Amino acid sequence: MSAAIEFRNVGFWMAQRRRRLLDGISFGVEAGTTTVVLGRSGSGKTTLLKTVNRVVEPTSGEVWLHGKNVRDAELIRLRRSVGYVIQETGLFPHMTAERDVGLVLEAEGMPLKERVLRSHELLNAVGLEARVFASRYPHQLSGGQKQRVGLARALAAEARVLLMDEPFGALDPLTRGEMQDMLRELLARLRMTVLLVTHDLDEALFLGDRIVLLSEGKVVANLLPTEFVHSRQPEVEAYVLAFHRGELSVAEEKRA
Amino acid sequence: MSGFPVSGDEIAQLTLEHLWLTGAAMLAATVIAVPTGVALTRRPGWAKPVIGAANVLQTIPSLAMFGFLLPLPWLGERAARVAIIALTAYALLPILRNTYAGIRGIDPTLIEVARALGLTDTQRFFKVELPLAGSFILAGLRTATVTCVGIATIAAAVGAGGLGELIFRGVASVDNGLVLAGAIPAALLALACDGALGLVERWVRVPGPGSAA
Repeated sequence: MSAAIEFRNVGFWMAQRRRRLLDGISFGVEAGTTTVVLGRSGSGKTTLLKTVNRVVEPTSGEVWLHGKNVRDAELIRLRRSVGYVIQETGLFPHMTAERDVGLVLEAEGMPLKERVLRSHELLNAVGLEARVFASRYPHQLSGGQKQRVGLARALAAEARVLLMDEPFGALDPLTRGEMQDMLRELLARLRMTVLLVTHDLDEALFLGDRIVLLSEGKVVANLLPTEFVHSRQPEVEAYVLAFHRGELSVAEEKRA
Repeated sequence: MSGFPVSGDEIAQLTLEHLWLTGAAMLAATVIAVPTGVALTRRPGWAKPVIGAANVLQTIPSLAMFGFLLPLPWLGERAARVAIIALTAYALLPILRNTYAGIRGIDPTLIEVARALGLTDTQRFFKVELPLAGSFILAGLRTATVTCVGIATIAAAVGAGGLGELIFRGVASVDNGLVLAGAIPAALLALACDGALGLVERWVRVPGPGSAA
């Protein structure tokens, strides 16, 4: 089986600080699957994600994308070929949804008419009716709608790989659920390779084909979702337990 | 006070001169300060000394500045040249500072997204940085223009013309009417420039929760 994204012993540290943000990370993401990188804040998840489109250059090790070392890729080409979605603030306040979604196409020099058509298609695909939303600015959109626009933008360049950094972190649970449903359906249809970073176990179980747990810059587990919930590995168990504290405490009260 | 000491034609003529001096200086200052400000955002280490130097220019008393420039060859031959150079020097700081601060003040996340999407440096500048910092840069331009309209009245001291002519003539002949004939149009001119640039500024403002867009 071929890995679309492969981390080979990736390390990253800042010159001034002793602490390693990433330390010997190695795993692969198979083409057409979703791998969720789970971990607490500061575990290095976001940094790892950014090494794929070289927003961060690893200090050691290599990142391979579709069988090529990203270091050898032409930077602009590489970035345009990888979709990138981040939490909340990723939309440009001076652009309408239509322009923002088509920005990469604009950068590529696609004529306006084609570009608009394509942005409308994409907006519709992420569940935003283009007729209504195309001309809206970010401040005229709800949190969920903004994330949909961000997703549409990431899909614009017909990327085969999608990097998502806590895409739904700022949303209320119900909206988050709707977004996750939409994303799962879309990913299944487009057969994209996805690397998604989150600290939400529920999201990881729902969207991930594999779950990689990161702790202090190291991979501590790389498991299937079903394995993850039943793992006896202490770090994994602690993470799973942390998510059920409310449930457990209510159950305890009932018993008492 | 002697009747009305000056014809409307003369005031109009001097107003035009005044506008020309200010306009030429603003153009020159913009052409210098905006690219310099942008360059400084790429090399922030240089920002302090360069903006500091512009700051020093700003502190030179205007009459002294005109005086300093007069004896210089080529420059000194034409009073208007002296005036335009001096006004340009005064206009540099507000434009430079606002260009630099405007771009540096953009949410770093947006800059990173622009990079991550694969915009080239030029595209990032024209599609993201300039529009987002636009109203800030224009605010600097506005401050500079209003300041220059005021300082340009002193250009008459070196014979560069403009509405300062009337003021200086009025002061010399102790004629308040003449002073006002220069001062009032100069003040109105400053207000008009401020208003006009204010409109442009509103037009380039980034749409946000408080705006009509």
